[in-house]
Amino acid sequence: MHDRPVDQRVHDFAEVDGGMTPREAMAEAERCLQCKKPLCVKGCPVTIDIPAFLREVAAGDFKKAAVIIKEQNTLPAICGRVCPQEVQCEGECILGKKEKPVAIGELERFVADQERVQGMVMPQKKQATGRRVAVVGAGPAGLTAAAELARMGYHVTLFESLHAAGGVLMYGIPSFRLPKEIVKAEIDAVLALGVELKLNHLVGRSVTPRELLSYDAVFLGTGAGLPYFMGIPGENLPGVYSANEFLTRVNLMHADRFPVFDTPVKRGSRVVVAGGGNVAMDAARVARRLGGKVTLVYRRREEALPARIAEVERAKEEGIEFVMCANPVKIIGDQAMTGVECIKMEMCALDDSGRPEPKEMGGSHFTIDADVFIAAIGQGPNPLLIGELPELKRGKRGNVIVDEHGHTSIRKIFAGGDVATGAATVILAMGAAKTAARAIDRMLREE
Amino acid sequence: MKPLFRIERSESLADKVHQIWVKAPHVAHHAQAGQFVIFRIDEKGERIPLTISAVDGDSIRVIFMAIGKTTTHLSTLSAGDHIHDIAGPLGKPTVMMKFGTCVLVGGGVGTANLPIIARAAKAAGNRVIGIIGARNASLIIVEDEMKAACDELHISTDDGSRGFHGFAADLLKQTMAREPVDSVWIIGPAMMMKVTAEATRAAGIRTIVSLNPIMVDGTGMCGSCRVIVDGETKFACVDGPEFDAHKVDFNTLMQRLRMYQPEEKASMEKFQEHQCRCGGEPHA
Repeated sequence: MHDRPVDQRVHDFAEVDGGMTPREAMAEAERCLQCKKPLCVKGCPVTIDIPAFLREVAAGDFKKAAVIIKEQNTLPAICGRVCPQEVQCEGECILGKKEKPVAIGELERFVADQERVQGMVMPQKKQATGRRVAVVGAGPAGLTAAAELARMGYHVTLFESLHAAGGVLMYGIPSFRLPKEIVKAEIDAVLALGVELKLNHLVGRSVTPRELLSYDAVFLGTGAGLPYFMGIPGENLPGVYSANEFLTRVNLMHADRFPVFDTPVKRGSRVVVAGGGNVAMDAARVARRLGGKVTLVYRRREEALPARIAEVERAKEEGIEFVMCANPVKIIGDQAMTGVECIKMEMCALDDSGRPEPKEMGGSHFTIDADVFIAAIGQGPNPLLIGELPELKRGKRGNVIVDEHGHTSIRKIFAGGDVATGAATVILAMGAAKTAARAIDRMLREE
Repeated sequence: MKPLFRIERSESLADKVHQIWVKAPHVAHHAQAGQFVIFRIDEKGERIPLTISAVDGDSIRVIFMAIGKTTTHLSTLSAGDHIHDIAGPLGKPTVMMKFGTCVLVGGGVGTANLPIIARAAKAAGNRVIGIIGARNASLIIVEDEMKAACDELHISTDDGSRGFHGFAADLLKQTMAREPVDSVWIIGPAMMMKVTAEATRAAGIRTIVSLNPIMVDGTGMCGSCRVIVDGETKFACVDGPEFDAHKVDFNTLMQRLRMYQPEEKASMEKFQEHQCRCGGEPHA
């Protein structure tokens, strides 16, 4: 990790983490013990042969390392950057028990970045089967399913409602964490497998359920795009955003460069972000880069923050103020918002999630002056398409119910990623998409 | 690789009001009355919602008033030019059935969205009465289309230069006094919809408005277009754009529509400055 200096990075959207040099990468990969039964692989949702790729990095054969990674992971430059490795591969690494685990994430990123500069290797592709599969949503799940199915010889049509593929990788995660040219390069590699991309197509509207079911199989990777609001007074005042809207305006529409780009965003001078996940950290750090003084309000204690520790630390370095055990109860303002009224929370007995349940402390109200408020309290599955498919069984929170193979209650339809699990990580979506792609392949072969 | 949508026809209908026919088969083949599209003119463009006002083969028509940067830019494009992105059709279609007598009231450029609903209403077996309200005679649009689609058509102008001297709401009241009315659509500026919808409230007549809040994705992902209907927050892009007029909180709608006024002004000024430079100085 070579983070750019804070005073420099808070003024731009360039990547914070500078990555490794080849020498550093080889030395770090050399640390791998090459375990006979590697626990790191068990910790990887897409089961990359981690010791094998580390061996090649240590030997200086970065190209071979890339081939090994790409056997299992279509989007390594992305995963190397945004996977929570500390609770996956690196969390399992035996070296981590005594000292630091091998920096597997950084090394994955290094290998992918090397490959991108030196020319991408096309993965093996099977002979065309003549069968057609529709993939709905070009986010992490959809891109992975599309790539896997294309490699298996299927003709894949990938539908995306926005004007760009990538889903949350484009509209959600800011470029200082995930540069957009990297996302585009990995998407191009997926398209190079022969995947047909149809942008501006909202399935359920531009494509009817009937047209969708004319494909031999369907994978739904429509994500968790429905933003939750807090349901507090004043939430519709100008200046109040969902994290989805705030991030989309900046990341996808480039509102940070308004008026060169047409889409505006309110650059708050004082910004309050509610929430404690990675999306909340992203929103806070974007607001900081737009020039605001940012306060992040979270209802539990700091150790319960669901965001990656590294991102919490970076947010703090960048001057984000953290107010823990507090929750907004009202947005104050008349024509536009002027402040956020919060209440202090006390931690009580453990709740269903096994964490102390936050409860409001009577009479502990306080106000933070602010002209922008961003609700980053989670997203639900995008309801539009799944609402058009009434036979699709859904869970309480609107998520599509799937079996362990990603199969839904409709024979031809599979699903994976946030639409099935609720908002989770890029890599879990990719793992689920791989599983579903294999199940689709099995189903179509048996027909 | 990028889809580009060709403009087939472009013309001015009235002062600042333009219509564009653009080829977009994925929209045209699925569009129904009441739905809209999102346009993004070019790679630096914003995403703006525009109602689909007619469909012909592979093409759709949008009618808009050149008021902001994007609509002004759009009005300068001509046949053969391209729109970078068109997503749609979006939103729920107009709920249509045999109601009996339907009255369709249009205010200003919102009138453009009535003929497609009028045709659907007629096809469903309704008696259809159209009312067009405009500031003056020169701003009346889609009159012939409305005449063809409606059993009766009435016109009002604020200045009396054409038809009834007064507001569309007055004509609506007159119609209600003349005969029983079963369903009403009102499409126009937010203030006009708010005021006109009061005409039917007491009688409890089903009244629908089509809302036009600021949108980004138009697919239910951002919440920019949230409106309050019957005390509940709804997303106009996926829950609407048509809502029960008597339950809409128009004041919140209007407040949110004004949210980016300073930015809209800055964007417009930059565009006009650019237009002047390009138009005024011949290229070498």
